[in-house]
Amino acid sequence: MSAPAESPPAGSEAAPSRWRPVWDGFAESRTALIALAVCVILLVLALIGPWIAPQNPYDLAEISFFDGRLPPLTVTPEGKLFLLGSDNQGRDMLSAMLYGLKTSLFVGVASGVLAIVVGVSLGLVAAYAGGAVDALIMRVVDFMLSFPTILVALMMLAALGQGVDKVILALVLVQWAYFARAVRALALSERNKEYIEAARSLGLGWPRIVFRHLAPNCMAPVIVIGTMQVASAISAEATLSFLGLGLPITQPSLGLLISNGFNVMLAGLYWISVFPGLLLLVLIFAVNIVGDRLREVLNPRNAR
Amino acid sequence: MAVFLIRRVLQMAMVLLAVSLVVFFGLYSIGNPAEILLPDDATASERAAAIIALGLDRPIWVQYWVFLTNALQGDLGTSFVYNVPSITLIFQRFPATLELAVAALLIALAVGAPLGLYAGLHPDTPLDRTIVTGSILGFSLPNFWQGLMLILIFSILLGWLPSSGRGPTGEILGIETSFASWEGIRHLILPATNLALFKLSLVIRLTRAQVRETMQLDFVKFARARGLSDRRIIGVHVGKTIAAPIITVVGMEFGSVIAFAVITESIFAWPGMGTLIIDSINKLDRPVVAAYLLVITALFILLNLIVDVLYTVLDPRVRLGAMK
Repeated sequence: MSAPAESPPAGSEAAPSRWRPVWDGFAESRTALIALAVCVILLVLALIGPWIAPQNPYDLAEISFFDGRLPPLTVTPEGKLFLLGSDNQGRDMLSAMLYGLKTSLFVGVASGVLAIVVGVSLGLVAAYAGGAVDALIMRVVDFMLSFPTILVALMMLAALGQGVDKVILALVLVQWAYFARAVRALALSERNKEYIEAARSLGLGWPRIVFRHLAPNCMAPVIVIGTMQVASAISAEATLSFLGLGLPITQPSLGLLISNGFNVMLAGLYWISVFPGLLLLVLIFAVNIVGDRLREVLNPRNAR
Repeated sequence: MAVFLIRRVLQMAMVLLAVSLVVFFGLYSIGNPAEILLPDDATASERAAAIIALGLDRPIWVQYWVFLTNALQGDLGTSFVYNVPSITLIFQRFPATLELAVAALLIALAVGAPLGLYAGLHPDTPLDRTIVTGSILGFSLPNFWQGLMLILIFSILLGWLPSSGRGPTGEILGIETSFASWEGIRHLILPATNLALFKLSLVIRLTRAQVRETMQLDFVKFARARGLSDRRIIGVHVGKTIAAPIITVVGMEFGSVIAFAVITESIFAWPGMGTLIIDSINKLDRPVVAAYLLVITALFILLNLIVDVLYTVLDPRVRLGAMK
C-alpha cells in the first residue's frame, strides 16, 4: 500500500520538471503567493458566480425597483440582505459584481490567449524565416507599438461598434505585437542552436520545426508578458466600457458597473462605483504582482 | 546628422501615409454621417443634397484622394457638427490638453524621481519594498476609477477641489494657461494628479532600476576611492548618467500621456482634445476623428525624433550614425 503512495515524489525527483525551480523561486516571495491565491480565488468566484450570487441581477423577475439605491448592509422588510447595497434599478451589487467579474476575466483571458497565439506565431515565423518576411512583420510590430493601446482600441471600437467579440478583437490587435517582439528576439538566438540544426537535417518541415522545436524554448517571456497583458487587457476593457465604447449594457463588466455608478456618485451613492472598482483593483493588482514575480524568477540575469 | 534627419523625415512621411490610409478606410465603415446630421423629418431630396454636399456620393478612392491632397495643404476637412475646419477645432483644444499633460509629467517626475532614487540607493529595505509594491499598485489602478475616487474624496467628501471643467485662464508670457490664477490651478490639481499617477509608477521603477545599475559601475567606485562625498557622487555623477534614459522614456511617454488624457479629460470634463475626440466618435464626426488621429500620429513621430536627438546631446556614448 505504501509503495504507490511514495513513488510519485520519488519519480518527480528522478525527472525534475523544468518548471520546478521556477515554482521554488516564485514561492520564495510571500506577497507573490498571496497574490496567486487571490487570483485563484477570484477565478473560482467568477466561475461559480451564478450559483453563489444572492440573485440573478439580469433576471427582471428577481429584481425589484423598490430595492433601488439601498446603501450597503441593508436588510429589506422581506428579509433580503444587500451586503454591498443596490444600484438604481434595485440590483444587488454583490451579485452584479460576481457576474461582472466573470465578464471581465473572460475578456481579459480570451484576448490574452488569442494575442499569444497570433503574436507568438508571427514572432517565431519572423525569426525563423528572416529576410523580407521578418522585415515586414517587424515593421508592422514597430508600427503597432508606436501607438498607445488606448488610442488603437478606441479607434477600432469607433469603427466596429460595441460587443464582446469586438472588444476582444481590438484588445488582440493592440497586444499581439508585444509577444511577437519578445518571442522573435529570443527565437533569433535559439534558431542557431544545434537542436534546430538537428531537426532540419532530419528533413522536418518548417512548421514542425518552428512550432514543435523552436516554440517551447521561447516561452519564458511569453508567460511574463502574458500575465501582465491579461491585467492590462482587463483594465483596458474596463476603461473602454467606462467611456461607453466597450461592452453593451446587456453584458455588464466591472467597468460598466463603475460607469453606471459614476452618474449617481455626485448624489452621494458612492457604493455603486466604489465596490466594483475595488474588486477590479484587487484583480489587476494580484495578477500584476504574480507577473512581476515571474519576471524576476524567469529573468536569466537573476538565474542562480 | 543630416543623413539621419532626412531618413527620419522620410520615415515619418511613410508612417503618416499609412495612418492616413488606416484612418480613412477605418472610419469610412462607421455609419452614415448624413443620417446623424439630418433631422428625422428630412425629405429624400434634402437627404440627397446633404450627401452630395458632404461628398459622400463619390467613390471611396476619390474621397480618399481628395482627403489626402487637402490634408497635404493643411486642410483636414470641415467638422460635420461644428462646421468649422477640424484642424482649427483640434488646435483650439490642444493647449488645454498640453497644459494637463505637462502638469502631469512634472508631478510624476517631481514625486517619482526622489522615491525611485531612495529605493534604488537602499535596495531591499522595508521602505524600498513598500515603494516597489506601491508602484505595482500604482499601475494596477484603473485610471478612470482612480479619477472617480479622487472626485469622491476631494470634491464630494472633503469639498476642497472642484471636480470638473477648466478654471479661468490668464496669460503668462503670451500663453493662455490655468497657472495664471489660483482658481485655475485649483481646477488643474485633480485632473493633473490623476494623469500623473498613471506615469508615476513608471518613473519610480525606471529611476530605481537605473540607480541600482549605475551604483555598481566602476566610475562610482573610482569616485568613492577619490574620496568624493556621497552627495556629490549621486547628485552629479550618477545623476548625469541616469538623466538620459529617464528623459528619453519620459519624453516618449509624453505622447502616450496626451493619448491617455482622453480618460482623464472625460472624467473631469476638461475641455481638451480628449473630450473632443470622444464626442466626435459618438457623433460620427469623421473629419474631426481623422484629423485628431493624424495630428496625434505626427506629434508622436516628432516626439520620438526630438528624444533621439536629445539623447545624443545628453549621452555622448550614443552616436546618431549607429541608429537606423
